[in-house]
Amino acid sequence: MIPAVYGESWTLKELMVLPNEFIYWSIQIVMYPFMTGLVAGSFILSSLYHLFGIKALKGVSRFALVFSLALLPAANLPPLLFLQSPERAHYIFITPHFTSAIAAFGLVVLLYAALVAAELWFIYRPYFVESEKALRAIPGLGLAGRLRRVLFGWLTLGARDIGEEALRLDARVVKILAAVGIPVACFLHGYAGFIFGAVKANAVWMTPLMPIIFIVSAVVSGIAFCILCYAGAMELRKLFLRRQFARRHPHACSLAEHRLAGIEEVEVRVASRYLAVFLLVALVLELLDVVFRGYTAMKSWDLLRQVVYGRDFFEIFVLQHGVGRLLPLLLLLLPGRTVKRTMAAAALVLVGVFMMRWNVVIGGQSVSLSAAGFMAYDLPVAPRDISAFKEGVAGALLVLGAPFVLFWMLNKIFPVFIVERAERAIKT
Amino acid sequence: MKEYVWRPMYVVVLIAALSLAVRFFLLPHDFGVHEGGYKYGYYRLGNIAEWESRPALFRSADDCGDCHRQSESLSASPHAFISCQNCHGPAAGHPEDPPTLAIDTGRDLCLRCHADLSYPAGGRDAVPGIDPLGHHPFRSCVGCHDPHHPRQEVQP
Amino acid sequence: MNRRTFLKDAIVVITGAALPAAALEWLDPRQVLAENPQIRWAFLVDTHKCAGCGFCVKACKAENDIPYEASVTRTWIERYVVTQSGELLADSPQGGRDGFTSGSIDLPGGTRVSEEEIIRGFFVPKLCNHCASPPCVQVCPVGATYATPQGVVLVDRQWCIGCGYCIMGCPYGARFFHPVHKSVDKCTLCTHRLTRGDASACVEACPFGARQVGNLHDPNDPVTRAVVSERIGVLRDSYGSRPRVYYLGLSKEVH
Repeated sequence: MIPAVYGESWTLKELMVLPNEFIYWSIQIVMYPFMTGLVAGSFILSSLYHLFGIKALKGVSRFALVFSLALLPAANLPPLLFLQSPERAHYIFITPHFTSAIAAFGLVVLLYAALVAAELWFIYRPYFVESEKALRAIPGLGLAGRLRRVLFGWLTLGARDIGEEALRLDARVVKILAAVGIPVACFLHGYAGFIFGAVKANAVWMTPLMPIIFIVSAVVSGIAFCILCYAGAMELRKLFLRRQFARRHPHACSLAEHRLAGIEEVEVRVASRYLAVFLLVALVLELLDVVFRGYTAMKSWDLLRQVVYGRDFFEIFVLQHGVGRLLPLLLLLLPGRTVKRTMAAAALVLVGVFMMRWNVVIGGQSVSLSAAGFMAYDLPVAPRDISAFKEGVAGALLVLGAPFVLFWMLNKIFPVFIVERAERAIKT
Repeated sequence: MKEYVWRPMYVVVLIAALSLAVRFFLLPHDFGVHEGGYKYGYYRLGNIAEWESRPALFRSADDCGDCHRQSESLSASPHAFISCQNCHGPAAGHPEDPPTLAIDTGRDLCLRCHADLSYPAGGRDAVPGIDPLGHHPFRSCVGCHDPHHPRQEVQP
Repeated sequence: MNRRTFLKDAIVVITGAALPAAALEWLDPRQVLAENPQIRWAFLVDTHKCAGCGFCVKACKAENDIPYEASVTRTWIERYVVTQSGELLADSPQGGRDGFTSGSIDLPGGTRVSEEEIIRGFFVPKLCNHCASPPCVQVCPVGATYATPQGVVLVDRQWCIGCGYCIMGCPYGARFFHPVHKSVDKCTLCTHRLTRGDASACVEACPFGARQVGNLHDPNDPVTRAVVSERIGVLRDSYGSRPRVYYLGLSKEVH
């Protein structure tokens, strides 16, 4: 049997392509910056409230922060699914070679994870203390309850002071962490852009604009993702309340549902404004890149032009810029915007950002080093073998689904909505 | 500022310290910066010896002559400059194991050089060429041509 | 490599390339070289001599355990042709593993140029350039690929995590994933043969003397002599990688 050459099964060569050239960086390397972008973007969204005190974003901010932590491990799945020797992945911490743009990535991710976890700790500390106290008060607690009590006890790290002064201090620390976190989040994703932008052998990738483009599109995708998920969760909660209420009062309207809808409308409206602004910046930067390359028309443009205006025209101008940028921009800016319309716009934005990652990673590899040939990527759909599973549609869906499972688990420790309810209870 | 504020940091420092301890045990002793500096010379030193100690499959060109005396006519032949092992196969282990080598007498081997390209093509111009489809197609070359003395017809 | 050896390397090439300058400030390249007895391997390809037989590719695959049937290869031959209409085309079917036995060109994607349309052609063997500033080494995140003091770029199969960043970083397409070992693989210049005093397998196999390996620090080495005295070229100089595979008769069409 002929041993399978990596990449051969999904690479279609055209004209003169060197024998060792294949689409080596496949769908998982598309997922990787996409997921990291969501991590960084959702953190930046959450910081808008903590740092700049944009009160209207309070609910979505906490939601975004917890989701950011849930997205983080998922963002590390793609490299693990892609590496030829994933069991050696930890070598990146043992012998980091910092002249490589990948080497510090693990460290930046960990630093970032620590920051997010710390910020969450300061936000949820009162909840941990209260929960532990509440569980302690229940007599004859079962095993599960006792385990929960121990867990919350540990999570307090022994800091059980929730006096007014301590809470004020917590808020100040959260502000500081959010302030530190923004540059770290930008660094995290700018760094992902640098991984591509610094490859001098690849004419499509090599531009100093790449980190900036990546950061802006990360913010765009993060905000869109949080709007979509937050509004989705709120819709579910409303549906749940309506059902509950309808059982008791079949002909009346629920006040709680009404209030929830009010919160949702305000938060989504404010977040969507930020989305529109960043969307515009992203569009300008990405078009600037193409215009600049076309105007300067260096030697590599001969081939790039064929990719941009020919082979990948549909992916770049129709899907990425048209469906993913202009259409949602219209949906957001035209009068009569509703929550549902904003959700549709956010979904389209996510499609656009995904296509941007696709066009960078796959499109960037489609030009042969011979400068006389092209490669096309045939995404494996059916998981015929382990490689087609890992680096095919199934693997990508696995990566996409992972943060939701993680969010569901994290929500047990950092409940996104319960605190909000408790705070309301305190107020009234 | 109250002390508890630093507790998350203690957790981070503890994890970092543990990781460094694990790294200490996992780091190969000869891994480090060698000649070439951190940019080009950061590697596991023992790997050079691993590559250098690989067994060679092809013997050096003079080795064959140690046992197989080259006839005068061969050294005058236009094929004298071709490495024996190009046709006779790599000589690793020979003559202990394998005692004889698998000789490639296939037509494809000869055509590598002797298939005529009808246009000037660098080094190929100096080699006599045939049209593979016109010149006794599918027949074995060595039936008529002696590979060691290509200018002489094979004596039947 | 340290600054000292780099400077000496540079002097060697500069004195060879700029003879009038050398006449003013007489620096005999041979003297410079003799002062530095270290080994610095370099490779010389004479494109005039290459006949496209592919024995180099075949020998390399056997010597270095690259499955013959696999399309990846540590060295390959490119054929460049010019058609009657002045169009330039290139091909490298299976890296030239089985030689170029047909005059016509069949490119993936259905482009076909018949033998009659072609007015001239030539062959260019390629391999890892063992750059003095290897971009592939710079981008390895774990230190699994490196340049040896003798100027050979190697991959540590036990340390490579298989991220493929070096494959992306190489401007020459010299790297690939080994179909069996799963780590990145590339030309080692047959360093295991060089240390035993033998030439690289491709050099031994080439019937036409189109490939030579030599020590740049030995003034009497034929490769050094050619590098110093002939008009030589290197591939894709603009990447700043300072390749150490030198070419005689490199045409402007070759990329």
